[in-house]
Amino acid sequence: MKITIVDYNSGNTSSVINSFKEVAKDKVNIEVTSDLSKIKSSDKVVLPGQGSFKSCVDALNNISGLIDTLSEFVINNKKPLLGICVGLQMFADIGYEETETKGLGWISGKVSKIDNQNGKYKLPHIGWNQINIVKDSKLFKDIENNSHMYFVHSYEFIPDDKNIISATTDYSSNIVCSVEKENIFGTQFHPEKSDKIGLKIIDNFINI
Amino acid sequence: MLKNRIIPCLDVKNGRVVKGINFVDLKDAGDPVEQAKIYSDSGADEICFLDITASNENRDTIYDVVEKTSKNCFVPLTVGGGVRSVEDINKLLNCGADKVSINTAAVQNSKVVEESSKKFGSQCIVVAIDAKKNRESWEIFTHGGRNSTGINAIEFANKMEKCGAGELLVTSMDKDGTQSGYDIELMTTISSNVNIPVIASGGVGTLDHLAEGIKSGASAVLAASIFHYGTYSIAEVKQYLASIDIPVRI
Repeated sequence: MKITIVDYNSGNTSSVINSFKEVAKDKVNIEVTSDLSKIKSSDKVVLPGQGSFKSCVDALNNISGLIDTLSEFVINNKKPLLGICVGLQMFADIGYEETETKGLGWISGKVSKIDNQNGKYKLPHIGWNQINIVKDSKLFKDIENNSHMYFVHSYEFIPDDKNIISATTDYSSNIVCSVEKENIFGTQFHPEKSDKIGLKIIDNFINI
Repeated sequence: MLKNRIIPCLDVKNGRVVKGINFVDLKDAGDPVEQAKIYSDSGADEICFLDITASNENRDTIYDVVEKTSKNCFVPLTVGGGVRSVEDINKLLNCGADKVSINTAAVQNSKVVEESSKKFGSQCIVVAIDAKKNRESWEIFTHGGRNSTGINAIEFANKMEKCGAGELLVTSMDKDGTQSGYDIELMTTISSNVNIPVIASGGVGTLDHLAEGIKSGASAVLAASIFHYGTYSIAEVKQYLASIDIPVRI
């Protein structure tokens, strides 16, 4: 099996790469690239993302043909893709960080700033928070409800269709922290930085 | 519910941990890679490396240490000490650091904070504030606490938030190394003046000190000596805090 981690200058991806290599060992071939033909021939794709919604979308657009290749992989060929943090947020139609920016539109919805309730909640939402699993998801096989995951973000994905939400976390309100729509998976938290339980989620994705 | 973070800090000099540690079963007490892994395996919520390397020639060793550590450590890793430029930050992130802490450079040129948080995201930019009480206010110091600046710590904290810092690591120089507890007034004042998380640092000697730090409004507490010298393990700290109803990840 071949898994590609999309390298599109979205900020620091070394932790994502390290964690996938740790879990995959020699069973799976992990490639880090933006080469379109390599993405096309992959079995699974990981879309990381750090920084702002706009900077990540711009970075995807800067590589000619990348968005079309990813959309074909996900929408037409229905192959599994995991978006992490801003990688998940970009599934949306639109994001409001920095300025209004069009997303990939794979899962209809928007990305807005977390309501900090007039300073009652600090932003970014940084640290370990518990996830409330609201639907069976292949990502959460053998993961206990209320497990702790590591978060770092100030914006949240608000999907139109609540049925695609697989987990939420409580910070100011119930924030969507994991989605599953057919072959499209995403986590707002960082499985690559969430200790052994995070590595288990990565293992689950590899085994889908 | 978001948990309060417990962050052990390791002082690294020329690629080795400076202070002695009483870990059992540790093959090499000075190996930061191995110690980070032990901390991470015992439940640390993040690991912090402070590079106190004296000479510039040995700077490259920290990149090597970060790279090796990040391959074995799956909780966030923050690296600070001697970070001068956006390029330094870029190098540390590429080696596997999840966050970079900036002190002197942030004071000398706030554009480093602005540019790096734009480029890499606020989530990885921590501004370290070393503050000393000066009558009714606090003054910040640079160069590892050697140089006074005349800059008010609260005003500087506000400025750094505006520049895009994702977190503030606040160290009381009056308390650092004394094991007499955090400067609670300083932590409370800064924490209530900014809307980004504050990490309390400097002065921890007992379990109650950690509890006081969290009650002061800090989102995370950092400690070096109590973990270095094995006074308490991470697990003991967490069990104690949980027993007095302070939310921690266990």
